[in-house]
Amino acid sequence: MNESFIRFDKVSKAFGTLTVVDGLDLDIGKGEFVSMLGPSGSGKTTILMMLAGFENPTSGTIRVGGRQVDGLPPHRRNMGVVFQNYALFPHMSVAENIGFPLKMRRVSRAETGERVKRALDMVQLGHLAERRPAQLSGGQQQRVALARALVFEPEVVLMDEPLGALDKKLREQMQLDIRELHRRLGLTIVFVTHDQTEALTMSDRIAVFNHGKIEQIGEPAAIYDRPATRFVAEFIGETNFLTGTVTGVGGGHATVDIGNGRSVAVLAGQGLAAGATVGLSVRPERVRIGAGPARSNTVSGTVEDVVYHGDHLQVVLDADGQTLLVKADRAGSPVAIGDRLDVSFAPDECWVVGS
Amino acid sequence: MKALQLSKVVFGAAAVFFLLAPLAAILPLAFTDSVFLNYPMPGYSTRWFSELVSAEVWRRSIVNSLIIGSGTTLLATALGTLGALGLRGRTSSYLFAFVRTAFLIPMVVPAVVLGVGMQLMFARYNLTNTYLGVIIAHTVIAVPFVVINVLAVLQSIDPRLEQAAASLGAAPHTVLARVTLPLALPGIVSGAVFAFATSLDEVVLTLFVAGPNQRTLARQMFSSIRENISPAIAAAAFVFIVGTILIALALNLSRKSLGRRPAA
Ligand SMILES: Nc1ncnc2c1ncn2[C@@H]1O[C@H](COP(=O)(O)OP(=O)(O)OP(=O)(O)O)[C@@H](O)[C@H]1O
Ligand SMILES: [Mg+2]
Repeated sequence: MNESFIRFDKVSKAFGTLTVVDGLDLDIGKGEFVSMLGPSGSGKTTILMMLAGFENPTSGTIRVGGRQVDGLPPHRRNMGVVFQNYALFPHMSVAENIGFPLKMRRVSRAETGERVKRALDMVQLGHLAERRPAQLSGGQQQRVALARALVFEPEVVLMDEPLGALDKKLREQMQLDIRELHRRLGLTIVFVTHDQTEALTMSDRIAVFNHGKIEQIGEPAAIYDRPATRFVAEFIGETNFLTGTVTGVGGGHATVDIGNGRSVAVLAGQGLAAGATVGLSVRPERVRIGAGPARSNTVSGTVEDVVYHGDHLQVVLDADGQTLLVKADRAGSPVAIGDRLDVSFAPDECWVVGS
Repeated sequence: MKALQLSKVVFGAAAVFFLLAPLAAILPLAFTDSVFLNYPMPGYSTRWFSELVSAEVWRRSIVNSLIIGSGTTLLATALGTLGALGLRGRTSSYLFAFVRTAFLIPMVVPAVVLGVGMQLMFARYNLTNTYLGVIIAHTVIAVPFVVINVLAVLQSIDPRLEQAAASLGAAPHTVLARVTLPLALPGIVSGAVFAFATSLDEVVLTLFVAGPNQRTLARQMFSSIRENISPAIAAAAFVFIVGTILIALALNLSRKSLGRRPAA
């Protein structure tokens, strides 16, 4: 991130006694694509609404481009907003919906027509310009909402789960389109999503929210590979979460006792001291079937289930009461329910989370 | 089970009969050629309709009803719509509950009580025996219908639509003109129709505040039924009912077409 363009400074929002956003500090750079990810009710929409000017923070300040925006009404903020439920004007045609922000800006009729047409082509809806929103499918409505929020080329675009209603193929197409627009127009985008894959593939940075607070913010790889908390580890992708006690540190490695007389080696140097209770996150795709080389952690267990996922198999292993998920290559030797199996993972594939 | 079914049908039929029988009884008399308002009718004619338009009192009363009805409709629709806009979205406060109730009071207060009060007050402001006075009186009892109709529609409008308009650059008055009011139009139209119908139908207040020059059709029917029972009343009733049915039809049609207007 270069210098801060949007800055939340200790922003809190409470509805009555319910604190929905709790002391949020967040800097977003110009041209950055930041995703907000979090469970339902964690305050994502509320944050967008405060940025757009529809809700006032209970305390704290929001700055955009160095200017404090508190008290600036929504229509003067020049932000494109894609609402969670599209919010298309039912009494206007698709073309009129998209032309609305241009009309508000007194763009000439000819230019409006031109730009609406381009926006429609961008979302591949040119043939539906004269339809009413009620005559469109959910996915088509979503694309109109997107076109409407982008057609006036705002500096900042806020999107609240803009792709939620689309089928997988169209969704992936739109993800690419939004990324392309982001790059081409240098847009600053704040993007709310439930879908962790979407956040991982699209964002410059991801902020993971829980109960109105940022659990962790960082680049997708950092969030995925080095989750700060158990919540983040489990919310982003699947993970095996082990808890144990550090029994010894030395030679660049720490030994963690995970119960039942089994211990695993992890990389030392994350402030680990003997006696500390820690959590370990091991991604299923980092676990290999078969015993590993020396110094890697080998666990054996009984296969409880094998789930077919198309491109891979998910093996559910019961290792003396500890369930381990393993992402197995379909090309490997066949695995059947009830088999005894050794699996292994290297110390550096085991991320210490803190319990 | 059978008995229950049967009693439902019988009861329903009886209810419809009692509602329609008075109409069925009076309407044919509009076409009598006798000078008496009773059966049997000796022959058919349209003389009483001619009487309605030619006799000064009747013609005058129809014109008055139209003038006062239009005035009431305009005033009540404007005020009621503004009131509904103000009341909208404030469901939780006590003040809201109070003001809302105040708006609806004219619907439940006996018209006689309102009439007495208005006569006293209008006398002070020289409004008795004026068109404006009658229009104000009718507006008071017509406004609640507009408020109810418009408020119902407003409350069904998704506030996100107005937020979307604002985020796209529309100032509050533009949001009102381009989003809120167009979406509330069906409610405003039905409120207006109710207001007109209320004014057309109103007798009691009119008795208190109107002078001989502001005699409305309803008022004229009321007095002529006491003075001389002429079949002109039946003809007036016929005009009344046909007019009301036409308004109701217009309302239904406008609702349908407002619901899905073709793209402009
Ligand atoms: N106007 C409001 N009045 C009272 N409570 C509200 C209001 N708006 C939101 N909340 C509450 O604030 C919390 C956060 O809501 P918000 O819409 O920001 O969640 P979200 O993270 O966007 O969830 P989702 O993923 O389901 O859209 C919820 O518990 C919600 O009930
Ligand atoms: Mg939300």
